[in-house]
Amino acid sequence: MMEPGLYHILFISAALFFIGVYGFLTRRNLVTMLMGIELILNSVNLNFIAFNKYVWPAKMTGLFFVLFIIAIAAAEAAVAIAIIINLYRSHHSIDVTNDEDLKY
Amino acid sequence: MISGSTIIFYLLAIQILGCGLLSVSTRQIFRAAIYLLFSLIGIAGIYFWLNYQFIAAVQIVVYVGGIVVLIIFSIFLTQKAGEKLPAQKLGRKVFAALAAVCAFALTMLQVYKYDFKPASDDVQPVTVFNIGSNMISTGDGGYALPFEVISMLLLAAMIGCIVIALRTKPETT
Repeated sequence: MMEPGLYHILFISAALFFIGVYGFLTRRNLVTMLMGIELILNSVNLNFIAFNKYVWPAKMTGLFFVLFIIAIAAAEAAVAIAIIINLYRSHHSIDVTNDEDLKY
Repeated sequence: MISGSTIIFYLLAIQILGCGLLSVSTRQIFRAAIYLLFSLIGIAGIYFWLNYQFIAAVQIVVYVGGIVVLIIFSIFLTQKAGEKLPAQKLGRKVFAALAAVCAFALTMLQVYKYDFKPASDDVQPVTVFNIGSNMISTGDGGYALPFEVISMLLLAAMIGCIVIALRTKPETT
């Protein structure tokens, strides 16, 4: 067993990213698709922090990227949930397969 | 000899990936939200492990305390209690898993091929003082402009949420 370093964290973050992608592709419920997006955003944050720690510790660029990504993710989740609740009010379902009338 | 910090790292990794996998594969939506919660707590643990305490605190406050609670609220508002999600087509699951695994393998091959070296030896300590003074400085390495832009974005998003979620008055015809 090796001492954990940059590559271990990159492994975790890549695995988490594709777990999120799998969830986004297989789920058909808007709330669970949002969970997949949260996993993807978190894996990206983990990457930024790992690179900031191991590759470029002279500045805190990665840390600030993560702070701003977290702020944007919070705004995104709030807007997405407002849309989901509004959609549920008008369609009584948040299944994406039932919402094809959005296309027209 | 395996040190304690190594063991903690691997436990956190197992927690993150295991809970993440369960979160995207369970058919009970409330359990999916709880697994997501533990996965996010594991990521906060990794930040603590890396000595980025401020980011870990932000992660716990915003993700665990904010976003997961929002998700749980929206589950309560939109789902019938105790109802399982309908099973997905096997073909869709297989192809999604295949795509994810292939892309993961490709990414990791590229990552392991590249040799990441530290770009410089000097280290700026990650203290709350440094974070705060960088955040509001306008000079080199300052983030005053993005900070202002983010606050405008948050304001716009909050107003947008209220406008979207407003109950429209029933039309009296």
